[in-house]
Amino acid sequence: MSLLRYESQVRAPLIDGTKDYHQITEDICRPVESKPSRLWLIGFSISVALLLFGILSVTMEVIYGTGQWNLNRTIGWGWDITNFVWWIGIGHAGTLISAILLLFRQGWRTGVNRAAEAMTIFAVMCAGQFPILHMGRVWNAFFVLPYPNIRGPLWVNFNSPLLWDVFAISTYFTVSLLFWYSGLLPDLATLRDRAKLKWRKTFYGIAAFGWTGSTKHWQRHESLLLVLAGLSTPLVLSVHTIVSFDFATSVVPGWHTTIFPPYFVAGAIFSGFAMVQTLVLVMRKVLSLEEYITIEHVDVMNKVIILTGSIVGIAYLTELFMAWYSAFDYEWFAFKENRLNLNSPYGWSYWLMMGCNVLSPQIFWFRKMRRNLLVTFFISILVNIGMWFERFVIIVTSVYRDYLPSSWSTYYVPTIWEVGFYLGTFGLFFTCYFLFSKYFPVIAIAEIKHILKRSGENYKSKMSKEEEDTVTQFGEHHLHDHH
Amino acid sequence: MAKKKFIVGNFTDEAVLFPAVKKVRRAGYKLHDVFTPFPVHGLDKEMGLRDTSLHTAGFIYGITGTSTAVGFITWALTIDWAINFGGKPYFSLPAWIPITFELTVLFAAVGMVLTFCWLCQLAPFVKKHHFNPRSTDDTFVMAIECTSATNEEEAVRFLQAAGATDVKVETKETGWWLGDYSNDKMRFA
Repeated sequence: MSLLRYESQVRAPLIDGTKDYHQITEDICRPVESKPSRLWLIGFSISVALLLFGILSVTMEVIYGTGQWNLNRTIGWGWDITNFVWWIGIGHAGTLISAILLLFRQGWRTGVNRAAEAMTIFAVMCAGQFPILHMGRVWNAFFVLPYPNIRGPLWVNFNSPLLWDVFAISTYFTVSLLFWYSGLLPDLATLRDRAKLKWRKTFYGIAAFGWTGSTKHWQRHESLLLVLAGLSTPLVLSVHTIVSFDFATSVVPGWHTTIFPPYFVAGAIFSGFAMVQTLVLVMRKVLSLEEYITIEHVDVMNKVIILTGSIVGIAYLTELFMAWYSAFDYEWFAFKENRLNLNSPYGWSYWLMMGCNVLSPQIFWFRKMRRNLLVTFFISILVNIGMWFERFVIIVTSVYRDYLPSSWSTYYVPTIWEVGFYLGTFGLFFTCYFLFSKYFPVIAIAEIKHILKRSGENYKSKMSKEEEDTVTQFGEHHLHDHH
Repeated sequence: MAKKKFIVGNFTDEAVLFPAVKKVRRAGYKLHDVFTPFPVHGLDKEMGLRDTSLHTAGFIYGITGTSTAVGFITWALTIDWAINFGGKPYFSLPAWIPITFELTVLFAAVGMVLTFCWLCQLAPFVKKHHFNPRSTDDTFVMAIECTSATNEEEAVRFLQAAGATDVKVETKETGWWLGDYSNDKMRFA
C-alpha cells in the first residue's frame, strides 16, 4: 500500500504544538467526553426550534398541498428548487475534500475532512426533501422508483433528467455515508476503548463494529477508502452535472445553456467551501482545535474559494456573452431585461449574486486577508448568500416571464410556509451538526496520527536538519518509510 | 473451544516496531497480528501479508452495476413497455449513461463496503478481543502465537530485547472474535 510520499520542508506544519500520538487522542476526544458547554446547548436548542418550525411548515404543505406555497404559472419552481440546488451544492465541498484531495495527496485535508464529510451528508439530507415535497402528494413519492407495479408494469422514464436526479442524489447520499462511516470506524473504536461510562462503552461498542486495528484490516481499510475516493470523484462531478441537466436540457431561455454542467460544479464547490469555512471557523474555536485546523488550513481553503469563485465569475460572463452572441431574441431578453436591468422586478437579485460571488472573494488575493479569520468568516457568509441567489436568479428570472407577455407572472414572494420549510432544513442541518460535533470525533484521529511525523510542528523542525544528510543517512533514518 | 497462547508485546514507536517485526519473523515465531492505532505504511509488507484484492471485488461489483442498469433499462424501454418519445429510437443509450454510471458507482461502493465488513468480520454489536485497549490510542501491539515449538520464556525475552515493553503471555479461546485463523498460511506467506 505504500505510495510515494514526500513532504516539502518549505510547507508550514499542519499540526501545531508539540504533540505525540496520545496527545492527539486526548485533544480530539475531549469535546466528546466532556459535558456539553452552555454555548452548545443554546445552539442546539435554537436548531431544534427551527427544525420544529420546519416540521410544522412541511405538515401544512402535506395537509393542504403545494397551494400553501406561492408557486404559480409560470413560476412552477421557486424557493423549493432553489433551496434544493443550494443544499446539494454545499454538499459537494465535503466530497471534494475527502475524495479529490485524497487522490491528489493533499495532506491538509486530514484536518477538515471528517467535518466536511459530515456536512455533505447533512446537506444532502436537507436537499433531498425539497423535490420530494414539491411533488405534492408526498405519500406517492415512491413512484419515482422503478419497482414492479400493477400498472403494466409501467416503468419510470429513464430518459428524463429528473429521474437521473433521483438516481444521482440517492447514490451520492449512500456513497457519502459509507465513505464517512468507514473512515469513522477506527476513531469510534478509540472512543470505545477510552470510554469509562457504561452507556458510552455500549454506544461506541456498537458503533465501532468491533474494530481492532489489525494490520490486515488497516490494509483493507486503506484500499477501501482509496477506491471509494476514486468512485466519489467522478460521482460528485456527475451529481451536479445531472442537477444542471434539470435545467440545461429544457428549452427555457436562461436555462438552455451547454455551459451549465461545469458552471454548476464549480459553483457547488465554491459554495461548499464557503460553508466549510463558516462551520470550521466556529468549530475550531468552540472545541479548541486551533492546533489541528490551523490558519494554514483556512488559507488553503480561501485559495480554493477564490479559484472556484473566479471560475463561476467567468461562467457568468460567458453565458451573458453567449446570450448576446447567439442573436436569439428570447435568450438575450432573459439576460438583458430579466437580469441585467436593475429596474426589472428581479434585477436586484442578479447584481446581488454578482457582488457576493464574483467581487467579494477577490479580497482573498491578499495573503493577509486569507489569514484573517473575521474577514474569512464574513466572506464565507456572503458567498453562501450569493450562491443561494445564483440559483434563485437562474430559476425565477428565467421562468417568471414566458414567451407570451400576457402570461407573465406577478411578483413572486414566498409564503411563510415556504420560508419555514427552508428554515426547517437549517434546523435539521444544525441539529445534526451539533449532535455530530458532540458525539463523534470531528477530526479524523487516525489520519492525523498518520501525518504527525511528517507534518507535525515538533517533527518538522527535526526533519529540516536532515536535509543536510547524505542520501544514505537519510535512508537510514527513514528506512521504515520506504518499504 | 480450543485455547491458544499468545505472547503480547507493546511498542510506542513505529521505528522500533519495524525492525522488531523483521526479527520476530526471521527467528521463526508465528506472528499472529500487529494492532496499530493508525495505518502504518509498509507494515503489511514487513509482516509478509499479501496485498488485498478488495479493489478487484470492487471492479466486479462495478461492472455488475453497469450491466444491471443497461440490461434493465434496455428490457424495460424496448421490450417490456416501449414508449415512443417524439419518434426517438427505443434503444437510446446516450440518455441512459447517467443512470448507468450512478448504478455502477452504487454497486461498487456498497459491495465493497459489505465485502470489507465481511472479510474483517466487522458489524454492529460485534465484540472482538482486544489485547491492549491502548492499541487504538498510541500503542503498537504485537501478538505472537505460541505453537508447540515455542519456548514462552525465551519468546518473552526475545520480544523484550526487540524493544517491546510490558510483555505478557495471554491465553485466549479461539474463535472468529480473535481474528481469522482458517487461512493462516495464505496470510503469512
